[in-house]
Amino acid sequence: MANNLGLAVKPVTTTPPEEVERVAAWINTEEYKELNFKREALVVMPPHACQPLGAELVAHAFEGSLPFVHGSQGCASYYRSTLNRHFREPAPAVSDSMTEDGAVFGGQNNLHEGLENAIALYKPKMVPIFTSCMPEIIGDDLSAFIKNARGKGLVPDDVPTPYANTPSFNGSHIHGYDAMLVSILQTLTDGKKLDGRCTGKVNLIPGFDANTGNFREYKRIFAEFGVPCTILGDISDVFDSPLDGTYRIYPGGTPLADAGDSINGKATINLGPYSATKTFAWVKDNYAGKHQALPMPLGVARTDALLLAISELTGKPVPESLKAERGRVVDAMTDAHQYMHGRKFALYGDPDQLIGTVAFLLEMGAVPYHILCSKGSKKVAKEIQELLDSSLFGKEGKVYMGKDLWHLRSLLMTDPVDALIGDTHGKFIARDARIPLFRFGFPVMDRVNLHRSPIIGYQGAINMVTAICNTFIDIVDQTCEDRFFEMMR
Amino acid sequence: MAKKLRQIAIYGKGGIGKSTTTQNTVAGLASLGNQVMIVGCDPKADSTRLILHAKAQATVMDLVRERGTVEDLELEDVLKSGYGDVRCVESGGPEPGVGCAGRGVITAINFLEEEGAYTEDLDFVFYDVLGDVVCGGFAMPIRENKAEEIYIVCSGEMMAMYAANNIAKGILKYASSGKVRLAGLICNSRNTDREKDLIEALAKKLGTQMIHFVPRDNQVQRAELRRMTVIEYSPEHKQAEEYRTLAQKIAENKMLVVPTPLEMEELEELLMEFGIMEAEDESIVGKAENAA
Repeated sequence: MANNLGLAVKPVTTTPPEEVERVAAWINTEEYKELNFKREALVVMPPHACQPLGAELVAHAFEGSLPFVHGSQGCASYYRSTLNRHFREPAPAVSDSMTEDGAVFGGQNNLHEGLENAIALYKPKMVPIFTSCMPEIIGDDLSAFIKNARGKGLVPDDVPTPYANTPSFNGSHIHGYDAMLVSILQTLTDGKKLDGRCTGKVNLIPGFDANTGNFREYKRIFAEFGVPCTILGDISDVFDSPLDGTYRIYPGGTPLADAGDSINGKATINLGPYSATKTFAWVKDNYAGKHQALPMPLGVARTDALLLAISELTGKPVPESLKAERGRVVDAMTDAHQYMHGRKFALYGDPDQLIGTVAFLLEMGAVPYHILCSKGSKKVAKEIQELLDSSLFGKEGKVYMGKDLWHLRSLLMTDPVDALIGDTHGKFIARDARIPLFRFGFPVMDRVNLHRSPIIGYQGAINMVTAICNTFIDIVDQTCEDRFFEMMR
Repeated sequence: MAKKLRQIAIYGKGGIGKSTTTQNTVAGLASLGNQVMIVGCDPKADSTRLILHAKAQATVMDLVRERGTVEDLELEDVLKSGYGDVRCVESGGPEPGVGCAGRGVITAINFLEEEGAYTEDLDFVFYDVLGDVVCGGFAMPIRENKAEEIYIVCSGEMMAMYAANNIAKGILKYASSGKVRLAGLICNSRNTDREKDLIEALAKKLGTQMIHFVPRDNQVQRAELRRMTVIEYSPEHKQAEEYRTLAQKIAENKMLVVPTPLEMEELEELLMEFGIMEAEDESIVGKAENAA
């Protein structure tokens, strides 16, 4: 064999082409699927990220907040670049760059020097600190290190430094999100609770969500109600800032004063039962006002539940504008239903969004068929199963917990579906299975502006229906014989 | 043909006399004309003081701490020569309770390799390792291409034998995937009853040998007061002869085995056989002195 310069090239593998073909066909078989599901020693393409990535997302979500990674630089680059690729925006965060000597002696010096530098250079209003694996393995005492930094006067008194231990080898990004958020709230609300004070606002905890459009949609819903709201924390302006020629290092986020005062709120709604679990448990014990736990509002029924909850908690009726919007989404779904009805879907992702997507598919008469979660629990599986059992379209659905995308590939090849719903990582198996991938998950690194298009609320439901049905129609137009190529669909 | 470098790791319960035995044995090997290097793998850094006549050698990690990075370190900063041209390095480590001492051992040994401390003229490298192999870092000396021979220092005391058996279990794990082998038990006598027979019996059960019985002699302490090995302090003394004999036996040792560690019951039976332990009376277990 020769390359295009005419030089001899040694083949990478001596495997004969027939053998390659045989294996390529074999991995699509039932026999292989069974072996694949017996796999224990190896995980292939797990669709979840690590704790500090989630911690960084929520650390960006507050005013003037500079996420600070206590740990290695490479780890910090991974979290940042994942956020960069998803939002196509900068993610200004720092690390204290622990190296070999930090690993041996502990990272206190790194943390102290890092805090001094970061505060001097970037003048943050808050520095949330979280960890990569290395300091967790060696048992760095973050709390003592931070106290010592304050003792040495390295951190100005008015710069809060909430911290979270976020070992990557435990849980996933949603757990890091939760751990960082509860620490931020504990720090910012410390000493702020006042007897008899009520801000009159509703606090909203969206849970892990990397769709800035969703945040704008929440704000719009509250504005329609005329109910003031504090989102804990709000990434919409942070990761969707205007391009006007001025670079802002901290372009948005929940104001620190509002977050501090949120402890005196009229009510708090949690929309992340699985990704803000600890946060909400702490809020329930410490925040004034009423507390309401709801699922992520995907589809009509779950959006209804959110609107009714806002109405009940505030005594304000659901506004006519939102009632009309509900009518429009029902119309949009009816107009499109024949393109989704009975279609089989495979889907995977974080529990909150996964459960919501199953609910949405069932509303459309679509069949959630293979439902996979790499970091799920029995509780998640049970909740999804109950949802499936509640609908005529859920009878065929099967739930897979703790499985990865290579398992899902076996399912797609042996028991095919019409489409896949997930994040960018699913594109390889979708291509192998020759089905479309709907990128409603995180991260989306190969399509533009999807994070600006909400999927929650009535508007989000319209967006999902539109994306899914039009893609199915596109496929028909592209693949049908000429005699079936119609003007109308 | 280049000489074959033999790398040897010394393990054993804390306080059993590993460092003293290692340095005296190394001095013995040096007095017999061998080129030897000692690598201390213990954050306490007391593996080389008798060879260097020094209170404490500047350790690899001391200098890393001082200079901020291992890249700024030179080999001659940390490699010191002492009695009999024995080369000495201490890995050192963090203060107790912070950081990761095991990682310190890994960093230090990697540094020695990269900087070419393992020269071709060496006959032996000895690793004097912390008593308990608490994590992977302290197993660094017995990883691939490092020590392939392990000696366990022990005595006729019950806990020392428990520790020896535990270390044998660790070696078994490494032996199954690599070349590391148990080369023998060194009995550092505490003058307990039938000590020699007991350790010989234990060695047999472990599938190895008691390579030497080092009798207890206060000459060792007298030499230590001057920060010297017996070999150097009083080469004519009979204790010096003991260490030279041990050195000679190690130099000639061909018996490298995959150990067969004992089950706890088996070990206790052995201890009972030698009267170190009494048969357990199950009826008194867990009952306080004053209990009715």
